[in-house]
Amino acid sequence: MQPANASTKEVRLSVEQVSYAYSPNPNQAPIFTLEASSFQARAGEIVAILGPNASGKSTLLKLIAGTQPPLSGRVLLNGETTHSLTPRVRAQRIAMVQQESPLLFPTRAWEFVLQGRHAYGGSLQFESANDMTIARNALSQVTASHLADRWMDQVSGGEKQRIVLARALAQQPVLLLLDEPTLHLDIGAQVGLLDTLRKLANENRYTVVIVTHELNLAAQYADQIVLLHKGKSLRVGPPGVVYQRELLEQVFQTPLAVEMESSGRPRVTVLPTS
Amino acid sequence: MRPLTFTRLIVNCLYLAVILFVVMVIALKLGAVPVSLYGLAADLLQVLFHRTSALSSNYDLIVIDIRLPRILLGIVVGASLSVAGTAFQALLRNPLADPYILGASSGASLGAILTLIVQPYIALPLAISVVFTPVGAFVGAAVTIAAVYFLGRRDGTLDSNTLLLSGIVSGSFLSAIIMFLMSTLAGRGDLRGILFWLMGDLSTTLQPSLRWVLGVGFLIASGVIYSTASDLNLMLNGEKEAMHLGVDVPRVRLVVYLAASILTGIAVSVSGAIGYVGLLVPHVMRLIFGSDHRILIPTSAFGGAIAVVLADTLARTVVAPSELPVGAMTALAGAPLFIYLLRRKFA
Repeated sequence: MQPANASTKEVRLSVEQVSYAYSPNPNQAPIFTLEASSFQARAGEIVAILGPNASGKSTLLKLIAGTQPPLSGRVLLNGETTHSLTPRVRAQRIAMVQQESPLLFPTRAWEFVLQGRHAYGGSLQFESANDMTIARNALSQVTASHLADRWMDQVSGGEKQRIVLARALAQQPVLLLLDEPTLHLDIGAQVGLLDTLRKLANENRYTVVIVTHELNLAAQYADQIVLLHKGKSLRVGPPGVVYQRELLEQVFQTPLAVEMESSGRPRVTVLPTS
Repeated sequence: MRPLTFTRLIVNCLYLAVILFVVMVIALKLGAVPVSLYGLAADLLQVLFHRTSALSSNYDLIVIDIRLPRILLGIVVGASLSVAGTAFQALLRNPLADPYILGASSGASLGAILTLIVQPYIALPLAISVVFTPVGAFVGAAVTIAAVYFLGRRDGTLDSNTLLLSGIVSGSFLSAIIMFLMSTLAGRGDLRGILFWLMGDLSTTLQPSLRWVLGVGFLIASGVIYSTASDLNLMLNGEKEAMHLGVDVPRVRLVVYLAASILTGIAVSVSGAIGYVGLLVPHVMRLIFGSDHRILIPTSAFGGAIAVVLADTLARTVVAPSELPVGAMTALAGAPLFIYLLRRKFA
């Protein structure tokens, strides 16, 4: 007999030696490569893919999402290769929050969240009462119920990011991917968003993968860090293990101090260059 | 939170159907030869019961044989252009896209003209010769859109301004070729004039079999576009987002592109290049009904039909007994409306 919580202990996402090469012209040498990277994540875990600009973070995220085929290796979600899923099935299992989602024509927040139900309905089907309930719940999970009737172009950056997250939740995925979700947010909104993600991972058992270059936010919230540098995955492990001063200084090209807090999570301070 | 329902869709379409009917009656009544409303109703009933022989007098023949087919043609042309415009706007993520601005109408005109030029020299089976010109127009529209699409790409992404400029430049280039062809072929009496192809005109009389082909073609192509309505809603967020939300982007892109090119071909092959309808009608409908394509596509079809029938009625009557090309009328009304919408922040 297996223990009742066995399923939550199992590996849900398995990234196995995936690599990628980008060249604008097939005859030329690739201008960007991502070397074989691997990590695994369980239900309820937050993984942060950490690295400076152009280190291959977003590429790795796309390979995980399955929207781009890897050059070699594979990404398994509950045992299935993410790249070979149909767009519809993929959207039922993997939700992506992108850096920005500009809108061509204004929509209201609730309509925007309902877009997350697309993968469950036919093209001409109208939203069911069930879809509406799911959209309402998604908005309340990110504490944005009060924004339901607002226009998307009339909410603040932080509010917008929460509504985009609600749309991702309306997809009822098992894997939540976020590409630099804190990029244009003030510090309060950043902490608010990550608190929400932590709560969602703990309570709803989502597996969350965040791409970020925010050292301290990653250290505070992530269970695992994947440290990328120039297309190479340098270290994988809990923040306390990955955050070594020399390593981070080399990757981020600036003098740093790393302290351990009583919680066991590291804290990074940028030192002035003398 | 009030989601779109089937009932709301049908009710709104019914409103527009009533408006279209009223516009049709006005259009039947107005013209160089005046017709009384009473006589009109009586004659329409006779036609409905297939008792055309009982028609009272000559001017009723004008109404039934000339004005009614012209109005029906205007409905198909207007609806085709508006649905094509709505589709192109969503597909290219560009609120200014429409068959005319993208050069597709000029491409379709050129395609149609080429088929008319070669037709006397090649023997075609009857079934093919009927649809030869519309197919030529479709191919012309499809090739132009494909060319403009690739010209509008920069570093792998679609650049909005480059796209529109490519369309405008392609359009004027193709118009110049049309001018050239028409000038060298001035002696051919079976070709319609330059004005027809460049400004649009609804005065053509069509073979009955062609009417059916175009009507059915319109219904199928619009139906295909409508079947992707909620995919198009998500495409407005960009192709990447649409993909993550479960849209099969390459399939939707191909299907909508082909269907919208067919609609452009249908409209242009029988009426030339009418501007502004495909651009403005979707915007006006978006202001009234919102940007959900499940309601926007059918309401745009009605709106386009209403707009073209109205414009054509004015084109027939304001300078009677002479006539303006309908495209001149849509430009006269459309350009100021366009500026107004532009100033009040594009819908």
